[in-house]
Amino acid sequence: MSELLQFLISGITVGAIYAAIALGFTLIYNASGVVNFAQGEFVVIGGMTAAALIGAGVPVWIAAPLAVIAGMLVGVLLYRLAIRPAGQAPLVSLIIITIGASIFLRGAMQAVFDKQIHRYDGFSGDAPLRVGGATILPQSLWIIGGSVAVFAFLAWFLNRTRAGRGIRATASNRMAAALVGINTGRAMNLSFALSAAIGALAGVLATPVTFTSYDVGVLMALKGFSATMLGGVGSPLGALAGGLLIGLIEALTAGYISSDYKDASAFIVILLVLFLRPQGLFGARIMERV
Amino acid sequence: MAGQGTTVATAPVETARRAHVGNGKARALIGPGLCTFLIFAVLVALGALIFPSSYFYRVGTLVWINTLAVTGIVVLLGYVGLVSLGHAGFFAIGAYATAIGPNYGIPSPLAMAGGVALAGLLALVVGRPILRLSGYYLAIATLGLGMLIWMVLSKEAWLTGGPDGMTVSGMNARNLFKLVGLKLKSAEAWYWVAGFVAAIGAAIAVNLANSPSGRALRAIHDSDVAARSLGIDVARAKSRAFVISAIYAAVAGALLALANGYITPETGGFMHSVEMVTMAVLGGAASVFGALVGALILTALPQLLTVFADYEHMVLGAIMVVTMIAMRRGLVPFIADLWNRRKS
Repeated sequence: MSELLQFLISGITVGAIYAAIALGFTLIYNASGVVNFAQGEFVVIGGMTAAALIGAGVPVWIAAPLAVIAGMLVGVLLYRLAIRPAGQAPLVSLIIITIGASIFLRGAMQAVFDKQIHRYDGFSGDAPLRVGGATILPQSLWIIGGSVAVFAFLAWFLNRTRAGRGIRATASNRMAAALVGINTGRAMNLSFALSAAIGALAGVLATPVTFTSYDVGVLMALKGFSATMLGGVGSPLGALAGGLLIGLIEALTAGYISSDYKDASAFIVILLVLFLRPQGLFGARIMERV
Repeated sequence: MAGQGTTVATAPVETARRAHVGNGKARALIGPGLCTFLIFAVLVALGALIFPSSYFYRVGTLVWINTLAVTGIVVLLGYVGLVSLGHAGFFAIGAYATAIGPNYGIPSPLAMAGGVALAGLLALVVGRPILRLSGYYLAIATLGLGMLIWMVLSKEAWLTGGPDGMTVSGMNARNLFKLVGLKLKSAEAWYWVAGFVAAIGAAIAVNLANSPSGRALRAIHDSDVAARSLGIDVARAKSRAFVISAIYAAVAGALLALANGYITPETGGFMHSVEMVTMAVLGGAASVFGALVGALILTALPQLLTVFADYEHMVLGAIMVVTMIAMRRGLVPFIADLWNRRKS
């Protein structure tokens, strides 16, 4: 029983990370229709930047926001230098562009930082807390709290603020949004910045538990994708639920089946979703515009 | 989504075909496939004429093997407009089947055929349900599939030797040439074999493009919906293209295993998949000559520039982004256009 509880705790912890990645991914998708394969790199940028700063002696409460800002800047650069110049490119070109950007960022990370695996101490220490018969790291609470906060923030921002509603209007019809006076260019910039910041935040929070290195971005992106697809593409609630479910499935696979193949579970989920329920758990039926 | 590419998409296929397979009498006389085969054969022979050492032959072999694999990407990306991010997985299935077979008493050619069949079957089983959906689903699913294959190759050490890889015993191409009384060095023999297979692969791909199924694929590239309304079974045609391209990758993988005599799980790694797509994108995904040019540049570049290894990721990534923004159809059609404009 306590064993199962332990697996559930670790599942929810990593699941919260995947949920944050999926939320960032959903934000860009909703605003621009771009499936951003570089989403995982934001997580790495956050983690690596924070690790480098903390390693250099910067206190964590300064290093963490700086790392998030670094991710945000890269997000805006990604939009300005790679996505916007492509204009009305076909879907397949946009996929290749974001893959290219992801590989480029991976290389840049290797050049700017190094090829080592990094971690730093948890924000509230690394002494595990006892819960029932299991233990939980204080950092896990930070991660779970962070993801819930991101979700709440997005729900508030997209529904209640002018800028957020601008993003949603741009998403549903760019030209109509522009016609009623919404600055669609700013909305796109904002959605990339926010999405990247969310990814970087996930990296900053997760690194004490999961570690980071320059090449984990693509795996993170894959987990984020499976969370998104399981929850339903485009639905923030789906992203949150999908992330937690993927985390749980992964932890249970690692615990009861094989830790060698825990990363495979995300892929199996993708396939099953595509086979059985392409619209995901919370998604609307897939409709295509012709 | 599907409609956006309508005006853009046929043009590159047409231009590339006209510009490179030639519009002239030779093509009309012997057919585009044979014409492509002959051009490739001449290029293979040309390489052999100028290569000063075994090292060059080995790099040349690699160029032809990559050309073959990238030809598969051309069928998928250039003809139909689908991206696979897991093709290295199929490549590795071909390679590892060829390596593992002889350890269990299966002769190399049979093991090769088995690996190729397995890759095709896997593509069929996985591709069919995914390809009913459109857009980026194939990219995501193949990304996962590729990683899964890589994972199996790295973890099942009893079968694959694990992360260190395994040696490949069995066939040597020299013996093929000995049968007809030719004495070649091993590196030279593999060069000719790889070049020959790449030429055949290119000819088949060109013939495919000009066949009814090829035209169906190009119609899908332009618009899913329009193709469907013409009575094309879109899911089936896409799935066929996916299987064909997986087979290309697996044959190339088998050749690499035999020619190299050694393989590692990295042949099935994500970066190898990305490399293949980059080659196709750089050269021009619409034609087999794009595959050749892309494979040539990205295979030769790391040999010429030793610093390349340190910045490999950045260079590959930058090539993908810049090509897609500045010359979406790739190098070969881009240069062909410049050339045509100057002439007229």
